Amino acid sequence: MAKLGPAGYSPYPVSVVEGVLTPPPGKALMFNEIVDEEVAMREAAKAMLTRENPTIFPGPQVLYAWNEEAKRKAKFVRKMAEVLGAKIIPMYDYRPKYPKIDPEKEINPNHPNLTIWHNKIKACIFIGVHCHYANVALKIIRAETDCFTIAMCSMAGHEDAMITLRDQHSEDLEKFIRIAEEVKRELGK
Amino acid sequence: MSVKIFKINEDLKEFMPQEIIDLEEKATWGNPKRGVMDLPYAKELIEEHSLCAGCPESVAFRYILASLPNPEDTVIVNSTGCSSLVFPHIALHTVHPLFGNQNSVASGIKRVLEWRFPDKVKDVVVIAGDGATIDIGLDCTLQSFFRQEKITTICFDNEVYANTGGQDSGATPRGMEFKMAPGGKQWDKVPMWQLAIDSGCHYVARLSVSSPKKVEQVVKKAIYVAREVGPTYIHLYTPCILEIGLNADQGLWEMRQRDKERFKFFEYMTDEAKEVIERKKKEGLL
Repeated sequence: MAKLGPAGYSPYPVSVVEGVLTPPPGKALMFNEIVDEEVAMREAAKAMLTRENPTIFPGPQVLYAWNEEAKRKAKFVRKMAEVLGAKIIPMYDYRPKYPKIDPEKEINPNHPNLTIWHNKIKACIFIGVHCHYANVALKIIRAETDCFTIAMCSMAGHEDAMITLRDQHSEDLEKFIRIAEEVKRELGK
Repeated sequence: MSVKIFKINEDLKEFMPQEIIDLEEKATWGNPKRGVMDLPYAKELIEEHSLCAGCPESVAFRYILASLPNPEDTVIVNSTGCSSLVFPHIALHTVHPLFGNQNSVASGIKRVLEWRFPDKVKDVVVIAGDGATIDIGLDCTLQSFFRQEKITTICFDNEVYANTGGQDSGATPRGMEFKMAPGGKQWDKVPMWQLAIDSGCHYVARLSVSSPKKVEQVVKKAIYVAREVGPTYIHLYTPCILEIGLNADQGLWEMRQRDKERFKFFEYMTDEAKEVIERKKKEGLL
């Protein structure tokens, strides 16, 4: 089973070597288990509400107003941050920053661990990051930090996140926000 | 690519760093009249670069990126070398293929873009060093000219393999010595601009980057001609100040010296290219 926390650097910082693959359509992935989407959403909300310094990392697909869906998603990301009491740190593009990033204000896929370490982030949501860079960043975070990662992906998901929600569009974000509000009430927050 | 890709969602704008907000608000998108005169006022498409202090290549990058008439719909294909260190820092689509096959990759990209977006103008520009263009990639470079691919090729000629310690290249002049070529180059410099003419380029220019306005003019001419007629080629002198033993503030001086001799401004155009250039001048775009 994929472990929460430092997974040890090379040779295998990737969950696929442990046989973990992305979930089938309609389902979600929690560590190495295929579960119902709602179950995974509840656990994701719980992780964000109970762990230290929860943060949402929106990527270019929601940061920029390149279509109507992106505009709707941006509103939901904002709402999600309010409900979860989470910070928003953008991954606005994938260029390596020279000479270095400002970890308080940004996250870069080439060294995402710097932002996680600096802000002591123990739970995070990736949303709107293009697949290749989400894969790279999630592997590095999995190998180098003890941050609980949640991928809200509009496509097939990312097996290196501890919770993967696939095919997430604006209506799914709305559903997640409703579930997060419920979990928040249950936790008495 | 659409300009919308640079428009930030209002809901998340407050979390974006100023440099990205500037890219939306102060960069010169959608304006074919953009040029080097915008440099002091507009947001540049290049952030901090990772070249050596005072490197003329970095100057060439700034002028070229400021001069692209259609940056939002331009794809730049680059190649291995000092210049490839800069591409990750620019806010445009760039492709880094294998060392030397940049013109082949650019040909494919241009053809696909023409097929996929027949109603849009999409420019494909190759930017590569002299090693990639003239030595390792000469085959791919010339073949793209022979095939009359509608792409612009820009060669940054520093006359040496600089970032591997100073070996002579095809573009090194006869007799020039470098750290890893102490015996001096035994053959003449390859006259790439002439090969480009002989291979079918419709617009060819040779110059240094000592004059920003001149660089802007040739870049725009080359791109407009490539759009409508066929391949174009620009040969730019961007000396490696480290390899020829100069200080960070001597790059411009070096280029001005060479402007009088082997990089004296030279321009060639076919009749078809001339027609395009004259038309663009009348339209106020040149």
